Amino acid sequence: MSGALPAVAPRRRGRVPAALLIPAGLGLLFLVLPLAGLVVRAPWTTLPQRLTAPGALTALRLSVQTATLATLFCLLLGVPLAWLLARVEFPGRRLVRALVTVPLVLPPVVGGVALLLVFGRRGLLGGWLDATFGVTLPFTTAGVVLAEAFVAMPFLVIAVEGALRAADHRYEEAAATLGAGRWTTFTHVTLPLVAPGLAAGAVLCWARALGEFGATITFAGNYPGRTQTMPLAVYLALETDLESAIVLSLVLLIVSVGILAALRDRWMAAP
Amino acid sequence: MTPPPDDESGNAPPDGEAGNAPLLDARLVVDRGAFRLDVPLRVASGEVVALLGPNGAGKTTALRALAGLHPLTAGHVTLGGVDLDRPAGRGWVPTERRPIGVVFQDYLLFPHLDALDNVAFGPRRHGVDRRAARATARDWLDRVGLAGQAHRRPRQLSGGQAQRVALARALAVGPSLLLLDEPLAALDARTRLDTRAELHRHLAAHPGATVLVTHDPLDALALADRLVIVEGGRVVQEGDGPSVTARPRTDYVARLVGLNLYRGRAEGHGVRVAPELTLSVADRLDGDAFVAFRPAAVALHPSRPDGSPRNTWAGTVAGVQRHGDNVRVQVDGPIGVAADVTPAAAAHLRLIPGQRVWVAVKATETHAYPAAT
Repeated sequence: MSGALPAVAPRRRGRVPAALLIPAGLGLLFLVLPLAGLVVRAPWTTLPQRLTAPGALTALRLSVQTATLATLFCLLLGVPLAWLLARVEFPGRRLVRALVTVPLVLPPVVGGVALLLVFGRRGLLGGWLDATFGVTLPFTTAGVVLAEAFVAMPFLVIAVEGALRAADHRYEEAAATLGAGRWTTFTHVTLPLVAPGLAAGAVLCWARALGEFGATITFAGNYPGRTQTMPLAVYLALETDLESAIVLSLVLLIVSVGILAALRDRWMAAP
Repeated sequence: MTPPPDDESGNAPPDGEAGNAPLLDARLVVDRGAFRLDVPLRVASGEVVALLGPNGAGKTTALRALAGLHPLTAGHVTLGGVDLDRPAGRGWVPTERRPIGVVFQDYLLFPHLDALDNVAFGPRRHGVDRRAARATARDWLDRVGLAGQAHRRPRQLSGGQAQRVALARALAVGPSLLLLDEPLAALDARTRLDTRAELHRHLAAHPGATVLVTHDPLDALALADRLVIVEGGRVVQEGDGPSVTARPRTDYVARLVGLNLYRGRAEGHGVRVAPELTLSVADRLDGDAFVAFRPAAVALHPSRPDGSPRNTWAGTVAGVQRHGDNVRVQVDGPIGVAADVTPAAAAHLRLIPGQRVWVAVKATETHAYPAAT
């Protein structure tokens, strides 16, 4: 059946130009090679011992705990903020949105310094907190949560605001015609509608919090068991025990890839 | 800034209900940029009123104003003696506290709830406990014939089923005022026919007032007791189905009901509809008048017909289309006219655009009535 014509004229729009293909390949290599190096250099034989070493486990537990607490903190404050930005017209909304995204582009160390200036013992709020409640935030586990939340919250706010904007607000009007006030509409209609976006934002926020380094070490220091999270432990181990650093890095890599896999349907499904 | 006078003297509702206060009494004035909606509306208990008009006439805005989804600029919405919106008197009841039910054009069933919980949503928000709300919802789903679909999500429902769930959801709160926005527009032709009959049954049974918005004259005629025709934000005609279809007052309505319509000055049995064309009509009247006749009453001739005292004029064929079993011919001339002729006659006349023809209409086929309200 197949005629000669289609066979000799394959449907192709010429070849991919080498000027694009070569840099593209190099770019891919550049991204993948370091990760491959991590896997290749991993001390596979001593891996179980190193993983179960008390220091590593403590750092991992602290990281997971603080990242989770930071995510909850971000959900509590970030979702209402996203709702406000997406649903309420108010003067200066563009400015507020720009301010929310500042921590995204700010070097985390600067964020840590800024947090110290406000919540530090002699900071704007820190002094008052210390004098009134006896609460000290810098160089504590709570300080770690605060530093991580500061850096990670924009991810959540942006994801949730995007989901809110994409959701059809006429469902909220329909809810109002059925007698639902704004709060009930928010909890019974809006939140379920944006649940997938909310979940994606929370996972992204959690991943960012887990990897936080600069703001944490500046604001909370590096005390094992109290403020030493995985990234900090990796940095410290690098100076004394390279193999240990590799193992800890590998753990973080596996966690990150796991998150990516969890988000695959939402972020990687683009054509 | 002064709100326009809020009297209804110029817009008295047609016969019958002027005496007792209607359930819904509204004058909807909404400014949206250059567009102004100004529609007086009175609906009695149990009455179904259709707002009929072309796209962009302001029908949906009127519905949103009634629902409180769009505030009035002026005028008022009074339901059962309670001011829901009255800008002049600072009266305002928010949407969620209005005794209304709304069926939206694309239904807006909550995608995360099944049919039963969609219908139970309203009763729950009105303080009914979960079990009783579900019982009410089950009862309503049963009434619209969807008892078996209670646990389906909206995306698992067909268009007709979704429409009925939306109706059940709106009625489950026992609204005084039921609002429907193009309730049948999203359905295919077959489903539409069945759903229209069923919807009519439910609307007739609804004890409160019903306002439905549509651009489809068939829906309006089938579902409503009274038609309010809205064009460009204003009411251009209102009345029951037969009176509106028999005596159209605008080109839009005339097209809807398939009539040729002209406005002119009447003197006795003649109505001057163009500078050099006076139509002889059967009715006798004077002053501003409309003349209407059916396209089937128009005859086309290759040359000037002689002998009979008929309305004749020369024109040019502007378009030819199939129309049912006949051929509809648009003829330009002193007045544009639509003529329905048989395919045989069309072939005989060799009708093509640009062709000269003579148009003839018998006086007895015309219907003339005063233009003044």
